[in-house]
Amino acid sequence: MEPIYLDHAATTPIHPEVIKAMIPALEDVYGNPSSVHHFGRRARQFLDEARRIAAKSIGAQEKEIIFTSGGTEADNLALIGTAIANQHRGNHIITTTIEHHAILDAAKYLEKRGFRITYLPVNESGQVELSALEAALSEETILVSIMTVNNETGVIQPIKEIGAILNNHLAYFHTDAVQAYGLLPLSVNDLGVDLLSVSSHKINGPKGIGFLYVKDGVTIESIQHGGQQERKKRPGTENVVGIKGFAKAIELVMIEMQDRNKRYGNYKQLFLNTLDEQTVNYQINGVHTIASIANLSFPGTNVESLLTNFDLSGIAASSGSACTAGSVEPSHVLAEMYGSANETTINSIRFSFGAANNEQQIKMAAEKVAAIVARLTKDNDIR
Amino acid sequence: MRYMKDNASTRVVVGMSGGVDSSVAALLLKQQGYDVIGIFMKNWDDTDENGVCTATEDFDDVVRVCNQLDIPYYAVNFEKQYWDKVFTYFLDEYKAGRTPNPDVMCNKEIKFKAFLDHAMSLGADYLATGHYAQVRQVGDTYEMLRGVDSNKDQTYFLNQLSQDVLAKVMFPLGHLPKKEVRKIAAANDLATATKKDSTGICFIGERNFKEFLSEYLPAQPGKMMTLSGIEKGNHDGLMYYTIGQRQGLGIGGAGDPWFVVGKNLSENVLYVEQGFHNEYLYSDALIASQLNWINGANLAGPLECTAKFRYRQNDSKVTVIPLENGNVRVDFHERERAITPGQAVVFYQEEVCLGGGTIDEIIKNETSIDYVG
Repeated sequence: MEPIYLDHAATTPIHPEVIKAMIPALEDVYGNPSSVHHFGRRARQFLDEARRIAAKSIGAQEKEIIFTSGGTEADNLALIGTAIANQHRGNHIITTTIEHHAILDAAKYLEKRGFRITYLPVNESGQVELSALEAALSEETILVSIMTVNNETGVIQPIKEIGAILNNHLAYFHTDAVQAYGLLPLSVNDLGVDLLSVSSHKINGPKGIGFLYVKDGVTIESIQHGGQQERKKRPGTENVVGIKGFAKAIELVMIEMQDRNKRYGNYKQLFLNTLDEQTVNYQINGVHTIASIANLSFPGTNVESLLTNFDLSGIAASSGSACTAGSVEPSHVLAEMYGSANETTINSIRFSFGAANNEQQIKMAAEKVAAIVARLTKDNDIR
Repeated sequence: MRYMKDNASTRVVVGMSGGVDSSVAALLLKQQGYDVIGIFMKNWDDTDENGVCTATEDFDDVVRVCNQLDIPYYAVNFEKQYWDKVFTYFLDEYKAGRTPNPDVMCNKEIKFKAFLDHAMSLGADYLATGHYAQVRQVGDTYEMLRGVDSNKDQTYFLNQLSQDVLAKVMFPLGHLPKKEVRKIAAANDLATATKKDSTGICFIGERNFKEFLSEYLPAQPGKMMTLSGIEKGNHDGLMYYTIGQRQGLGIGGAGDPWFVVGKNLSENVLYVEQGFHNEYLYSDALIASQLNWINGANLAGPLECTAKFRYRQNDSKVTVIPLENGNVRVDFHERERAITPGQAVVFYQEEVCLGGGTIDEIIKNETSIDYVG
């Protein structure tokens, strides 16, 4: 039996039309976009078109888009780049405890270099509270970075409200929109954000490409050096093939956003309904979540046993993050929501739905999950 | 009964450490057509501030080998169980002035209990490891035999395994000499073919033992004395020394080298005497507890067999006498040197490992000697 992919928050399959769109950039258009000749210009056309598409997708201007190698680089550039460029204004940065490690580790890096970082907590629903942000803001604050949608729980953060608070503050506002982009309509002006990170491979585009939106007027310093590309903010010969595919993936997702939301939301509901039919004991982690992600706690089990059993039965899901030696660490996000001693941190699985799925698969997967959970919780009674 | 299903539908979980032995164990099972799954166990947390742990490289090797063999691989974390069942025992034994054997305990409580349970929860029929030992079914009973490579035989560490466990265990390397295992690894170009064998206690690794132990137990320096009460200097803490030890005493002067012959816990004195064959290092018998008989039957009467008192020692002839409380008295046919409380005594008849226990008391001239701690 074909394995069933329920890990779209990790990465997504490339859309066939995206592959088609990339072929010219692989076959004919091999020029360097910086070259002042025919070959270069053709590649530059791809680049310009992609930048237009990317900018339009978030209501930005073309010059506000910096293509990067993906979400991690966009996050690093946003944090480290603005921190270094604005350290004369203050040394305080606010983020949250539930960010992706691209933000958390970049923040730790800055902490080691003298910046003061405030990590805002989240409540049991998985949301940042605005009062905590307001309390943490000071004259020294130069940057606030809060993700749009949490990658583990799918909880949507109140970005617009945060943007409104920061409207009257000098601090820049960055949001890591990697999990939100393509499923939530994002307009940078509406949201009031100054910087926003996006990754291509989460929206059925190729891996190795993403962008950072940097609002016109925001000062940011490049963290790599050696060329004029991306207005010197991200030097290096552009990944034209990736950018071409990314642009196509953006075009598609902008047309299909509503439809995808509905479809993935239906998958989630069907999955949960099937678990209910099988009388599985589970709890949903997080309130107000994105359509594609269901983070479920299965009391009396543990993540490693669940994930291994799932995989051996042909179900691909995930949880938290693995340590460098492969073993699954308790989820830092769930630990922030429920406390680090809470069992939920070691018995929760993220199922994320998307383009690789159909209803029949979802039902079958839920039935298998139910059977495995039933078997493992029964084993526990014997032990 | 074993081997009822055909190999392709027999699922075998291989405990993979990232070393050459477990790599070859997985390879052999794969070649025999089993449904093989590689699992890496993480028992100890030494993650540094960058989130990197020493287990990283070992897990990477597991990944590389499993990808070469095209088998799925996973990791499982038993840090809590290891701490509770093995490390706590390890510290308690040192606190009591004894020399524990964490490998025996790890096999009993982790590898062949928690890990075996985990394997079974994955629908495995068997758990395989790269140990040098063999399982033989005789009627309804499973026997554990020494590995054919007498230099690598690991039954000493496996003496606590039960019938239930042996029924579910495979040791694919038991019939092979280590040299041959290396050869197989090289011939199949396994990523771990030339990797150095790990030595020492797994959680201490390459680190300094004294330093490691001092992080967990307060060291109480005290006096070194001969049994007749002559002071010979100072020791760094009784837990750092084991019976028969010569290195690290720092006693100079003329004559034969000095050896640790015992400990006095209440006075915090380390007893030392001169000469490898010093009389105080020798004994006639021992009392062992925590007995496990692999065939599952308790000892009914005296048993003539051979025994090992440490790993990689030659067998010695002994008579094992059951005591009323379930312990045994082990009489040596010839006097033994440097028997150490806390270590395992393991019994054999020819190639069959009968089981073993923990050395508790040392007897000389029909008296329990108290100076060994």
